[in-house]
Amino acid sequence: MLKDITLGQYYPVRSFVHELDPRVKILLTVAFIVAVFVGGSLWAAIPITLFIIGAAKAANLPLKLLLKGIKPLRVILIFTFVLNLFFTPGDTVLLQAWKVRVTREGLTTACRFSLRLVFLVTGASLLTLTTQPVALTDGMERLMRPLAKIGFPAHELAMMMSIALRFIPTLLEEADKIMKAQMARGADFESGNLIQRAKAMVPLLVPLFVSAFRRAGDLAMAMEARCYHGGQGRTRLRVLKVGKNDYIACAVMALLIAAAAVVG
Amino acid sequence: MPIKIEHMYHTYQPGTPFKSDALEDIDFTIEDGDLLALIGHTGSGKSTLAQHLNGLLTPTAGRVLVDGQDINRKGADRKALRQRVGLLFQYAEYQLFEETVYKDIAFGPRNQGLTGDALDARVRSAFMKVHLPADALEKSPFELSGGQMRRVALAGVVAMEPEVLVLDEPIAGLDPKGRDELTDIIHELHRGGVTIVLISHNMDDVARIATRVAVLEKGRLAMLGTPREIFSRGDELEAMGLDVPQTVQLCRRLRAGGMDLPDCLTAEELCDAICAAKGGTRRGNA
Repeated sequence: MLKDITLGQYYPVRSFVHELDPRVKILLTVAFIVAVFVGGSLWAAIPITLFIIGAAKAANLPLKLLLKGIKPLRVILIFTFVLNLFFTPGDTVLLQAWKVRVTREGLTTACRFSLRLVFLVTGASLLTLTTQPVALTDGMERLMRPLAKIGFPAHELAMMMSIALRFIPTLLEEADKIMKAQMARGADFESGNLIQRAKAMVPLLVPLFVSAFRRAGDLAMAMEARCYHGGQGRTRLRVLKVGKNDYIACAVMALLIAAAAVVG
Repeated sequence: MPIKIEHMYHTYQPGTPFKSDALEDIDFTIEDGDLLALIGHTGSGKSTLAQHLNGLLTPTAGRVLVDGQDINRKGADRKALRQRVGLLFQYAEYQLFEETVYKDIAFGPRNQGLTGDALDARVRSAFMKVHLPADALEKSPFELSGGQMRRVALAGVVAMEPEVLVLDEPIAGLDPKGRDELTDIIHELHRGGVTIVLISHNMDDVARIATRVAVLEKGRLAMLGTPREIFSRGDELEAMGLDVPQTVQLCRRLRAGGMDLPDCLTAEELCDAICAAKGGTRRGNA
């Protein structure tokens, strides 16, 4: 029941996109966001959609998986669409019933904003689906390194992120196990009103917190036992290197931004 | 209340790259009064099988029949089932959450709808069965030792008075004394009329208390029989990476050294057999 979360989950296959340098992929994701916002008209959606389909192909990802990432967003999507549809001022009235009216401008804005949301989420999932969490935080740390000069804790932040990411599946598994153990004792997590349901969470949350603290303590001890003392002078097992494929990917992205700008 | 498992399969996360077949074509029956030991290497599917017995997991294919009824049929009463088939998870001490041991043990029976004196009687009787010091009842479970917490968790399941009790590695990670005490508690529960399914890696305990043994290997049921039958196939067990009881080990070594011995399971038997082989009789109590 808790295992169906796809957003942010790594999809373990080999592909062109998987083997790109994580730093490049992070920067490309930022560039992709730029591309999404460069185009003002609806036409700009075409090159971006083509790019996403192409990128999914190059990453060996089933498109279905990418679309699944949008599912948790459906409420926001509908909300955005409806709000823009009815409340955008415009002159060309398409439909009018009582005081509610749909204008041409409203329809375009609604489509544009909902599509942008979809693009942003798929773009971000493309990054997380094709990059292992460790590589991702490595890349981030490297990208943030210049900021360390002005006292920004780049290494600590990256370490915190990789630990947090590392423990998401562990905690999910633990929650699943405790939930089952309490269900075996007759606990009911599914029925009842809001207050009853919140109360029913206590037998799940107390053991989960206790074990999260225990795990944190154990981990801190294990890190100290292996002489962890922060980022100072720490070397890497895998040194990140930008290669030919990374340049190709950058070129493709530049083309996309240009296309979006020209069309929009 | 026999539990019949019919050609059961279970696949985790089907249709994804993380897909794994945990159980394949499991087919056997847990009879009333069994103390069935479920043994197998890590990852052989023991825990997965255990969670099918009270409907926490649903088979990918095949059926689980409790008292002749498919537990996964539409409209089946899961709550009633979980009361009849109790399950204690691995490292069960981590599921405790209440302020006092008493309240934690009462969680299960309270979910069954018991209140007042009936509830109190259930809690006290379950507490008695796990041999904890009397003053522990009003303590916080988090003040107790790991082994004691484990027993509180066991009491929490026993308090629901299940007919079948499934125990997933109840003695893992305990010290030798805690292990022996818990094994004795399980043995007592079984003599008290509860059917028990015990997942264990400790073959000496299995040989001592089990009435039947099921061996899982890579998700398949590799052997099923009495401890005597199973442990006489020591070579096959060792090929699966499993131990045999110390008595069986000693017996096999003596035999390899040229002594003529029959298969022995308990220390008593082995002792008698050695004396007989040496042409004498046992004196006194061994």
